[in-house]
Amino acid sequence: MKTKGCTERIYNGLIKENPTFVLMLGMCPTMAVTSSAVNALGMGLTTTVVLVMSNFVISSMRKMIPDKVRIPAYIVIVATLVTIVQLLLKAYIPSLDSALGIYIPLIVVNCIILGRAESYASKNPPLLSAFDGLGMGLGFTLGLTSIGIFRELLGSGTLFGAVQVIPEDFTISLFVMAPGAFFVLAFLIAAQNAYRNHKAAKAAAAGKAGSLDAAAQTAGGLSCSGNCGACFGAASEKSTEVKGGTKA
Amino acid sequence: MKEMVQIVLAAALVENVVLSQFLGLCPFLGVSRKVKTAASMGAAVILVITVSSAVTSLIYQYILAANGLEFLETIVFILVIAALVQLVEMFLKKSSPGLYQALGVYLPLITTNCAVLGVALTNVQENYNVLYSTLNGFGTAVGFTVAIVIMAGIREKLEYCDVPKAFQGTPIVLITAGLMAMAFIGFSGLF
Repeated sequence: MKTKGCTERIYNGLIKENPTFVLMLGMCPTMAVTSSAVNALGMGLTTTVVLVMSNFVISSMRKMIPDKVRIPAYIVIVATLVTIVQLLLKAYIPSLDSALGIYIPLIVVNCIILGRAESYASKNPPLLSAFDGLGMGLGFTLGLTSIGIFRELLGSGTLFGAVQVIPEDFTISLFVMAPGAFFVLAFLIAAQNAYRNHKAAKAAAAGKAGSLDAAAQTAGGLSCSGNCGACFGAASEKSTEVKGGTKA
Repeated sequence: MKEMVQIVLAAALVENVVLSQFLGLCPFLGVSRKVKTAASMGAAVILVITVSSAVTSLIYQYILAANGLEFLETIVFILVIAALVQLVEMFLKKSSPGLYQALGVYLPLITTNCAVLGVALTNVQENYNVLYSTLNGFGTAVGFTVAIVIMAGIREKLEYCDVPKAFQGTPIVLITAGLMAMAFIGFSGLF
């Protein structure tokens, strides 16, 4: 029973609620570090380690932390863990540390970490939470690495910096530069929207009206919306903007 | 003097915080529907990032580095920034209610803007002193404002465009951002 719950968590993080492809969380690091597959993999694994530890610690302390100050408490816990991981990286894998630069300390403000702490670890026992962190982290790693492989292959023609697959004369260096990140992500979300629209149209044809407005919601949604502790701004901002619009 | 101008321009245009470093994407995508709200957000960001760069740089130099506690930078910075935003909010509420009215709703959102922490960490990484850190923070925030206002202007026009269904919403905004990022690459020849 117990192992079943744990494997279910990993499946959930990897596929069902994949943070990159389904939840669209943590877009800042996703775009910043995916210019090469190795960096993307490193960033994903670093985030995974932090996520497993933070979920475990927060879940163990969930009954001690007063509800009113839980977000600051989570932030301090996460910042401590990130500092530990950063020091370990500096000591043992200095090349990765210098390649990722300030994006490692910025894991503190990654939506995924606070989002999982708030939506899962604060309500579930430590072991399950740790596995939830592992699943989410691996899902994030999978997302980052696949985007990284794609961008690196088109942009510099290599696979993990080792094998030259596409000759240098035929690469599109735009893809490893900043605009490429925006374009790749745009097409990724568009593909998802197209799939959802297609599904909604099918469902409508079958006479199920309920799924239509679900699709409309997701199509109009932000990339960083919903149950995300760090980016709660985007969601609440929408409502204030609407209010301001009616006033004007 | 020349170096100072160079720091501000480089932070604002060449190393644009949103378009080349991907920091602060959430507000960039979320608050860029109207030029007016985008400009208010930009003003709030300029205020907060400039003040927070100065304060974090002071704390780093005179408290952390002086006592050999550099490894605490991430924890200290994030707490200082969160507290600082609260302080700025209270100060504005008391001293200039007009400005508070205009910026009020945006201030709490900035706490979680990764650009604020990003600038503070960059200042440490580049070994900037307090003055240069403040200038770098100011330049970065101006860059953010420029980007978000341009984006809002384009999005206002985009409302009238016939965008393919799958690209409506976030995808077309990201493509616009990508085109803007291409334009901003042109600034890299400045220095």
